Amino acid sequence: MAQTTTQSGRKIKLEPWQDPKEQPYLRIEKVTKKFGDFTAVDDVSLSIYRGEFFSLLGGSGSGKTTLLRMLAGFETPTSGKIFIDGVDMSNIPPYERPVNMMFQSYALFPHMTVEQNIAFGLKQDRVPRDQIRVRVAEVLDLVQLGRFAKRRPHQLSGGQRQRVALARSLVKRPKLLLLDEPLGALDRRLREQTQFELVNIQEQVGITFVIVTHDQEEAMTMSSRIAVMNSGWIAQVGTPAQIYEYPATKFVAEFIGSVNMFAGRILEDEPDHVLIQSEEAGCDLYINHGVPVPLGTPVSVAVRPEKMSISREPPPVDSGRNVTRGTVREIAYLGNLSNYLIELDSGKMVRITQPNFNRLTEMPITWEDRVHVSWQPFAGVVLTQ
Amino acid sequence: MSQPASSLKTSSSRRLLSRFGLSGRGLVVLVPYVWLLLFFLIPFAIVLKISFAEADIAIPPYTALLDWAEGGMLTVKLNFASFMFLLTDSLYAVAYLNSLKIAFVSTVLCLLLGYPMAYGIAKAPASWRGPLLMLIILPFWTSFLIRVYAWIGILKQEGLLNNFLIWLGVIDTPLNILYTDVSIYIGIVYSYLPFMILPLYATLEKLDDTLLEAAADLGARPVKAFLAVTLPLSMPGIVAGSLLVFIPAVGEFVIPSLLGGPNTLMIGAVLWNEFFSNRDWPVASAVAIALLLFLVVPIMLFQYFQEKQQEAAKQ
Repeated sequence: MAQTTTQSGRKIKLEPWQDPKEQPYLRIEKVTKKFGDFTAVDDVSLSIYRGEFFSLLGGSGSGKTTLLRMLAGFETPTSGKIFIDGVDMSNIPPYERPVNMMFQSYALFPHMTVEQNIAFGLKQDRVPRDQIRVRVAEVLDLVQLGRFAKRRPHQLSGGQRQRVALARSLVKRPKLLLLDEPLGALDRRLREQTQFELVNIQEQVGITFVIVTHDQEEAMTMSSRIAVMNSGWIAQVGTPAQIYEYPATKFVAEFIGSVNMFAGRILEDEPDHVLIQSEEAGCDLYINHGVPVPLGTPVSVAVRPEKMSISREPPPVDSGRNVTRGTVREIAYLGNLSNYLIELDSGKMVRITQPNFNRLTEMPITWEDRVHVSWQPFAGVVLTQ
Repeated sequence: MSQPASSLKTSSSRRLLSRFGLSGRGLVVLVPYVWLLLFFLIPFAIVLKISFAEADIAIPPYTALLDWAEGGMLTVKLNFASFMFLLTDSLYAVAYLNSLKIAFVSTVLCLLLGYPMAYGIAKAPASWRGPLLMLIILPFWTSFLIRVYAWIGILKQEGLLNNFLIWLGVIDTPLNILYTDVSIYIGIVYSYLPFMILPLYATLEKLDDTLLEAAADLGARPVKAFLAVTLPLSMPGIVAGSLLVFIPAVGEFVIPSLLGGPNTLMIGAVLWNEFFSNRDWPVASAVAIALLLFLVVPIMLFQYFQEKQQEAAKQ
């Protein structure tokens, strides 16, 4: 029931980051954190809105965990400010912040039962005992761990511990829940299952989630928006689709999914299209959006593997643009898809993903075949940095 | 060339071992048992035997327990008089209780002093921990006796402490500390403090800092987080340290005889008196056996907690 209403509620709701009247719930203003000479977080500004499932995505050392720990209050920013619901968090210690965190190691208290672990936060707030019992039972139901209430953490499996940690961070109904690599310790199957559970739980409780992850697939499946971080700064913020379809930099394009990158030079730049000469591609690249850079600027064009197609016959409309030739070097059959590795005549290797529409066709494309590689004008993205 | 010879040798020695029903592993396990047998169980049996004998003017100064009666019959004479004597004379009960009291108070003082020190070392930057631990262990490099003796110089009427306090103007007349219970406490706490600090440090150092972060995150102020997380999780260290202080303190002889007054009655001194002044070996042995019984309970507790700790560490 709750789910359907939230879902319908979601449809009519304008996405908050596009609504100029909406106030950001969490505001990070020019936050920098230095450890000695090392700058872990470099001048980061972010606005996160109520009810968002926001991911900080990056490799190790990108500063994502440091940023999260500053939100929780375990680290103080070297400069900059953090506001939660309009309140400056600078001088507020962790135990007074309206924030709860789910730790990467779960940090369950080993000397307490599951129930006591979950009740711990409520006891600190001096919630009456009978209410504690009710709320602990509620949240145990939510994570489906009612049967394990009396166990100690070491008597639980990894997945169960993870859910206890989640329950413990949810039970105080924080305004903001921080999750540090919450699914990192789980195996693949459990992780996928838990991703959906997390999203469901987030919709049920309506708390703003900020999650740190290095797993781009995880970030894509769960998030309302993603901030891609690289060596302390934010490379791009956007919805999963924006990040994937319109990466802002080469780093983002390569970090999220796989991509074919062609180096080239701008020949023509009009408001509605741009033409790029590329020796690597072996043809001119035509893209149906303009770019704000002067002619002759060296640029890269990113094309996703699934947006390219291959055929033995030349494509019906051959304008000499976005069409090039190559030889099949490798094929990986994945059942629903096949991945092809094609060596273009320029020597550049490109990866192409094709859905397998038909069962074994009579004349499938095979190793060492000469093929035409083509893509649509909307497929490419021009990147200048 | 030498390899076959050596393998022959090992196989022959293995055969020799197996003739006695032993494997290499069995031998390793055997070593501590042999050690305990030779240096604990046999001496204990001798003491136990003497405690059941009667004092006698002879060499050795007690009667034999086993006797060959006429007709080749082996007779055993068990004499419980020494144990009965311990019960009849209140001196022994007072001495035992006093020893337990002094050991208990010293243990509590060691815990109160040692916990903050162990905590401080465990929380210090990693590069500081080694030197700080070194400072805790350093006094062991001087003879125990000399260190206890040095306290006489510090605590006596004209000693360092009194002179210093008078110079400060805190007191007018020297404090009478030496040869009182206070000086015994000072001596025991000073001597045994490292035995409290080291096991405490070992448990505190292993404590996961993210647990404290989690407690803070859930709304616990630092003091509350300490009481709810650090303290219970350092319980194994508290138990180990307390027993390491308590057990030797009960039987302590040197410190009370050097620093204690004439009124301080501790079981170690009573034992010494029975043995060397009265030359009553059976009563002295009975005192020792009774002391052991007092200590067996804490030792068993100690082992119980250690086992529990090891189990927890495995998980």
